[in-house]
Amino acid sequence: MNFDFSDDQKLLKEQVRKFLADKCPTKVVRRVLDGTETHAEEVWKGLVDLGVPGLAIPEAYGGSGLSPLEVCVVAEEIGRAAAPVPFDTSVVLATEALKLAGSEAQKKKWLPALASGQAVGTLAIAEGPQPPKPRNIRTIYGGGRLNGRKVPVTDGEAATFAIALANTGGAGDRALSLVLVDLGQAAVAKRRIETIDPARKHAELTFKDATAEILGGEGEGWRLLERLYDAAAVYFAFAQVGGAEAAMWMARDYALQRQAFGRAIGSYQAIKHKLADCYVKLEIARSNAYYGAMMLTEGGADLPLAAAAARIAATEAYDYAAKENIQTHGGIGFTWEADTQFHYRRSRLMALSLGGPMAWKDKLVTRLEQKNAA
Amino acid sequence: MDFNDTADEAAFRKEVRAWLDANATRKSDDRQSLRARNDDPELLKKAKEWQDKKAKAGYARITWPKEFGGRGGSPILQVIYQQEEANYLVPLGFFDIGLGMCIPTMMAYATPEQLKRYVKPALHGQEVWCQLFSEPAAGSDVAGIRTKAERDGEGWVINGQKVWTSGAHYCDYGIIITRTDPNVPKHAGLTMFFLDMKSPGVEVRPIKQMSGGANFNEVFFTDVRVPDSQRLGKVGEGWKAALTTLMNERLAVGLPSGGLDIDELMELARDTDLEDGPAIRNQQVRGKIADWYVQQQGLKLTRYRTLTALSKGQTPGPESSIIKIVAAPKMQDMGAFAMELMGHAGIMKEDVPHAAGFQAQWIGGAGFRIAGGTDEILRNIVAERVLGLPADVRVDKDVAFNQLGKK
Repeated sequence: MNFDFSDDQKLLKEQVRKFLADKCPTKVVRRVLDGTETHAEEVWKGLVDLGVPGLAIPEAYGGSGLSPLEVCVVAEEIGRAAAPVPFDTSVVLATEALKLAGSEAQKKKWLPALASGQAVGTLAIAEGPQPPKPRNIRTIYGGGRLNGRKVPVTDGEAATFAIALANTGGAGDRALSLVLVDLGQAAVAKRRIETIDPARKHAELTFKDATAEILGGEGEGWRLLERLYDAAAVYFAFAQVGGAEAAMWMARDYALQRQAFGRAIGSYQAIKHKLADCYVKLEIARSNAYYGAMMLTEGGADLPLAAAAARIAATEAYDYAAKENIQTHGGIGFTWEADTQFHYRRSRLMALSLGGPMAWKDKLVTRLEQKNAA
Repeated sequence: MDFNDTADEAAFRKEVRAWLDANATRKSDDRQSLRARNDDPELLKKAKEWQDKKAKAGYARITWPKEFGGRGGSPILQVIYQQEEANYLVPLGFFDIGLGMCIPTMMAYATPEQLKRYVKPALHGQEVWCQLFSEPAAGSDVAGIRTKAERDGEGWVINGQKVWTSGAHYCDYGIIITRTDPNVPKHAGLTMFFLDMKSPGVEVRPIKQMSGGANFNEVFFTDVRVPDSQRLGKVGEGWKAALTTLMNERLAVGLPSGGLDIDELMELARDTDLEDGPAIRNQQVRGKIADWYVQQQGLKLTRYRTLTALSKGQTPGPESSIIKIVAAPKMQDMGAFAMELMGHAGIMKEDVPHAAGFQAQWIGGAGFRIAGGTDEILRNIVAERVLGLPADVRVDKDVAFNQLGKK
């Protein structure tokens, strides 16, 4: 039985944790939240120097050729710090999409640039209200040109390129393809939008005859996206676990310090039991996330089920810890100056950006039915 | 990451499997079980025979030192043995308390002569031990016990009542926590003894539970004489001894197994016709199935994390403290929900597939949320030991036991 990370992986985690504790304290999160910069460039640059973007990129494409497990331990630390950097977008979604579906030429062009931090990638799926589905994607790709509007796009301004979901003609989910579009061209308009988590900037991207190319097969977009989301769900789960743990300890520290009715509020069972529940949800999430990481690394047949379970458990743990952290703080926790808001905002952003828990629960049962039928 | 045994573990597993194949019958169905019950003397006889066989083969207590009949093996080997044994139809549960809690307490406090006398018969199943801690007025607050032991010449006289004592009526010996000084605060006035359950003045009455089963007893003590040589630890230090016992209880890692779970719930949801079609297509039903699946997997995988630490020879982290907090309410809630899916027929004990099983979970879950630490006490433990939050305010802390509640 070896259901744990290796000593080297734990060392990497510790290294990233120390770096973020030093270079990305909550005042950096606040700076991005309050300001106009797209992300904390100095933190991102430091992560690039540590080799984070290239961890799981093969050596042939300029990366370190390590496994998903290394990305998972880093994701947990990014989540713990609520770091305002394009990790989920560039290191997870764009990198995984290229590894999953990129042609040799595409990989050669973009993976080394991602590994070195010269390029930042993101994913552009949603088109305003309504969860994206084959029947409501209006962005059109044909003849090498992309037309349409994507919103919200995380890191839409910071990103060098995006992988967009577009209609390429055809029936049902076969109408959709992933396309890779360079965001540096004049045919792409970017507009910052307001969101619930201003510490991660979002944009609306409008494409007017933008040059783009298919990523993966034509008509394969919806299926590739599902596979991409399974991998992403595992990495996101680690970030959510890190965030949940940070929120839990923030609440615990405050409960030890805050006095009411003559004693620390952390001595009241109403608070103790709430925080114990944070821990219970966190451990259920951590265990499910570990299994997701193991399946992702092995390319195991259980990945779709494990990824869904990891995502559901981690979303619940982070949502709960983030909201009860504010509740434990009382009125001060609802002020703009309190750090509690960072995790409350981030937990909801992460819960929704790959599809919410309701959709994942449906997916999980579908996959369970498929497994039982097999 | 992998779930594989190390080479040594695999070799041990193979050896255990070969021995079990030669000495026991493999289960044909996971749900077959011969767990300990109060009301089955035949099963006890079989259990004693099986225990003797195990002890002779060196599997009865793998982590114990060889001088006590163990094999000085690591905890992971004990787990491997239990995993394998669970696949065979053998009587279990009669000796867990004695060997898991009572004898380890004896090892900490009894004399070498006493250990020579008592350990071997316990290990071989010839003598069964019980633990006499809880009382009608002392459950979660076990230090509040009232059963008293008073000096009488060279020995002690015990009077009082214990409750929730598993197996008391077939047990030969027990360890008991008593109050020897009511004039000091409650934790300071306790002393532990071991005693012969056949002593004059010991009366055992079974308790019929809400589930209909009778796995526990009340035990009454009327002028029961115990020699001072059977005292475990110093007078007034019974709480320290009790903590030794309870610590050993926590080392017993395990989950209730064999009950209905997600597979049966899905089967039921497929077969249940709701207004808008099969229940399995209903989003509320799917949401609940997914939540319980995530919990079920989470528990299994958390246990794997604990086993990983054991396998590496490390002390497991606190993660296993969540297991019963999750498992017990899940059992109760899932049972109730499955019954709801059956409609009005969910109340029937006949004719409905899986009804009895889910009803048993719904009923049993109510007890499981209390036994061995209530949901509430377990949350206190997580909050205090894992998160470092302050212990509850104890208004009885500096008050003599006999002055409590008198203000």
